[in-house]
Amino acid sequence: MSARLDQLGLAFVAILIAAAIAVPLLSLAISPKSPFYLPPYLVQLLGKYLCYAILAVALDLVWGYCGILSLGHGAFFALGGYAMGMYLMRQIGTRGVYANPVLPDFMVFLNWKELPVAWWGFNWFPYAMAMVVMVPGLLALAFGGFAFRSRVTGVYLSIITQAMTFALFKEFFRNDFGFGGNNGLTDFKDVLGFSIQSASTKAALFSASAIALIVAYVVSRAIIASKYGKALVAVRDAESRMRFLGYRVENYKLFVFVVSAVIAGIAGALYVPQVGIINPSEFAPANSIEAAIWVAVGGRGTLIGAAVGAIAVNFAKTFFTGAFPEYWLYGLGLLFVLTTLFLPKGLLGLALKGGERKPRQMVPVEAIEEGVEP
Amino acid sequence: MESSSRRSPGLRPGDAAIQSHGSDPSSLDRFPPGPKSGGRDDDRGSTLLHHTLGVLRALGVIALLAFATAARADALDDTLAKFLDDKFPQTAAAIGELSAEAPPQAAAILEALGDNRLMIDLADRLVAYKTAAGALLNAKTSAPIPDSNAAAFKKVRVNNGLRSAIQGAMGSLTLANPDAEKRLAAAEDVFRTHDAKALPALQTQLAKESDPRVAAALKLAQASIFAANDSGSPQDRLSAIATLKERGGQDAQSLIDAIAQKATDPAVKSAAASALSAIHARLALWGVAQNLWYGVSASSVLLLAAIGLAITFGVMGVINMSHGEMVMLGAYSTYVVQTLLPPSLQNWSLAFAIPLAFVVAGFVGIAIERLVIRFLYTRPLETLLATWGVSLILQQLVRSLFGANNRQVTNPPFMSGAFELGGLSITTNRLWIIVLSAVVFIGLQLVLRATPFGLQMRAVTQNRRMAASMGISTARIDMLAFGLGSGVAGIAGVALSQIDNVSPNLGQGYIIDSFMVVVFGGVGNLWGTAFGALLIGLANKLLEPLIGAVQGQIVLLIFIILFIQRRPRGLFALRGRAVEA
Repeated sequence: MSARLDQLGLAFVAILIAAAIAVPLLSLAISPKSPFYLPPYLVQLLGKYLCYAILAVALDLVWGYCGILSLGHGAFFALGGYAMGMYLMRQIGTRGVYANPVLPDFMVFLNWKELPVAWWGFNWFPYAMAMVVMVPGLLALAFGGFAFRSRVTGVYLSIITQAMTFALFKEFFRNDFGFGGNNGLTDFKDVLGFSIQSASTKAALFSASAIALIVAYVVSRAIIASKYGKALVAVRDAESRMRFLGYRVENYKLFVFVVSAVIAGIAGALYVPQVGIINPSEFAPANSIEAAIWVAVGGRGTLIGAAVGAIAVNFAKTFFTGAFPEYWLYGLGLLFVLTTLFLPKGLLGLALKGGERKPRQMVPVEAIEEGVEP
Repeated sequence: MESSSRRSPGLRPGDAAIQSHGSDPSSLDRFPPGPKSGGRDDDRGSTLLHHTLGVLRALGVIALLAFATAARADALDDTLAKFLDDKFPQTAAAIGELSAEAPPQAAAILEALGDNRLMIDLADRLVAYKTAAGALLNAKTSAPIPDSNAAAFKKVRVNNGLRSAIQGAMGSLTLANPDAEKRLAAAEDVFRTHDAKALPALQTQLAKESDPRVAAALKLAQASIFAANDSGSPQDRLSAIATLKERGGQDAQSLIDAIAQKATDPAVKSAAASALSAIHARLALWGVAQNLWYGVSASSVLLLAAIGLAITFGVMGVINMSHGEMVMLGAYSTYVVQTLLPPSLQNWSLAFAIPLAFVVAGFVGIAIERLVIRFLYTRPLETLLATWGVSLILQQLVRSLFGANNRQVTNPPFMSGAFELGGLSITTNRLWIIVLSAVVFIGLQLVLRATPFGLQMRAVTQNRRMAASMGISTARIDMLAFGLGSGVAGIAGVALSQIDNVSPNLGQGYIIDSFMVVVFGGVGNLWGTAFGALLIGLANKLLEPLIGAVQGQIVLLIFIILFIQRRPRGLFALRGRAVEA
């Protein structure tokens, strides 16, 4: 399976590189009358899908290879997005409604006099990018550090990651928290000096997302292929056994959890300039669960499958919410149920099934590890 | 005030004699031609005084009684005549006399005046009032006036000053009401308005009050008047402070505060200060008690929402993300019952809704277990996702059937309103929800402890494989346990429909809190769930005044996350080999 998966991975990377080049060309270099012309809104939409795909790869890294179903990845994604949003807010400068050179509009509106410490430095792009990586990373480090050391596993871990997401969701809704309250951050003007509305910026952001997805895939792939990655899979399949063998299981989990959170944060940072807004609803627990279904649909433990699943599900969502808004939730709900019941390995697992026939003896081991008996 | 002097019949016996002898019946309906008539009346009275004195003595006691009523009737004539002028000062005087004399007609007349229903006929010098139903009645005799005469009447004008005078007069009228309950209500009314005009009537009544409860209320009302208007002697105010201190509460506090503000007498000042601090302390204590009550109330809601989850999660180790939707189905069952029941049975709607909600949610739960969950027992994380999918489908289903808007569920009469218990204000529906959660909790404990099904369920919870080896059909137990847990969630929905919006998203609001309760309390242990709900509910409400509702919830979430790190299996972990791998 692994060999074929790597072949597919090469194809995946090749397609992404092609897209990163072709999409800007189709959007910028050819006439709007041409049938191949990509209007900016479509470029933006595709870029959004790619951000979701990065998030899915991040989630697959921890869920597919380490058995941690994190319901907090939506929060890491949103935190990265907020860091980017803060940079974009500071770039507005005097072009805001209140034309305050330092304070974003919502702070002027709330009658604040000084920039809160948390906002310092965000007008400097490298600092903002460092925060995109560090904020989700440090949160994952702290949270995972506690959780894995205490051996919180399985559904318990899922629940407390969800509780973390829920707590952040509530916190960011507060105006006093200093990040725009329920309106979030929006009205962005430009990124690195380029207007956020222009077609060329949108195309560039798309390409950046495609490259980020490639990097995320390659890094994840490298982790999985390493000796560390083998141990990680072993932790997934038989955690206690690994512990008895002398492995520091919590460190293995923690490392991959932090890497995954950082990737999710980067996805969020690319997402925000493309959709033009970040608000607390991105923290909604439902978003994190939805990300899990992208991974499940595409195929857990394949990375590519997660990315494909994210793009496929979101494409379906765009289509259905436009065409049959009444039925989208039925569709999504059924997707959850049917995928888990009939497609435990996802679409990619189904596609790869032909090449491989080995009896799976995993279930009892997994079951004992989870503390649930068959 | 001529009428007040006439009030004591002994002073002017002649008047009474004339009225009781001389007038023809029709003249009783008429009034003397104007305010000056009082003077002419007096003249007549004095000329006839000697004449009639002897007769009166002979008549004795009976005649004395006759004086009283006759004098009052005469006074009423004079009073009513003042309305005929239709001038504000005269009307005000008439209101004052009515309240002081308190003839039996006074209440009806004053009420009519306040509602612009008091009519006068200037030609015939008649005063009448329209009843709420529209009939025109003579103000004095309450005899109906024929419709043919109705056209001659015009309304007596009132202004806002008069209206408040009418209010006050009505208050003091009821102070003298023979019904003790009415007197009590009137005294409490005065306490709230602390209207100084009620003071004379209040003191008169206080002097002769026999009912101790009414006397206490009157005393309190008197104290409130002294306090609010800074009237009375320092002695009065001191006793007012003492009375108010005894009563306590927010309003007493502000009244004493009013005394303290204006007081110059050092004794009064220090008494007010000490009374204030005593009331403060008492109020603070009640405040804590009130928060505790809110906490218990929040806990009961949490317990109801979470206890079903404790069963499904406890027995099967399965995270049922559609648990909130079972609650939602229960709430919609209540709505359906209220819509379908005939009006005569509406008061009993909950008696139908609770079993229906249990059955509906229970069957949906069993269906979910049979169709989805049982295939996923070895894969708990996927169960989480699949049940999330089920929850989306159920939400959309309800949205398609009932619409996305909130549905109106009414509280039955016994569940609406609130009452005071000491310094606590208790809403009835919250009280009933606490009762319901206690009943559900006890009922579930009985099912678990005292039925074969409960025994088997506990066996499966503690050691599934061993239970199966002993011949327990674990698949059947799973199914029934899931049905039970879901059914209880449905009952929770009936309760929540009484305090929350019934919308397709109802369940979403409770799901995370429910998980927190179950995980915090420990899986597979109903006492743990109850204790967890109580702790979380209380902590939530006690944190709320300190750091705000949202911050409080966040702090609690963080606390629970940290707590789970220390005790991953909750407060009351089941001990056994099966629990930890």
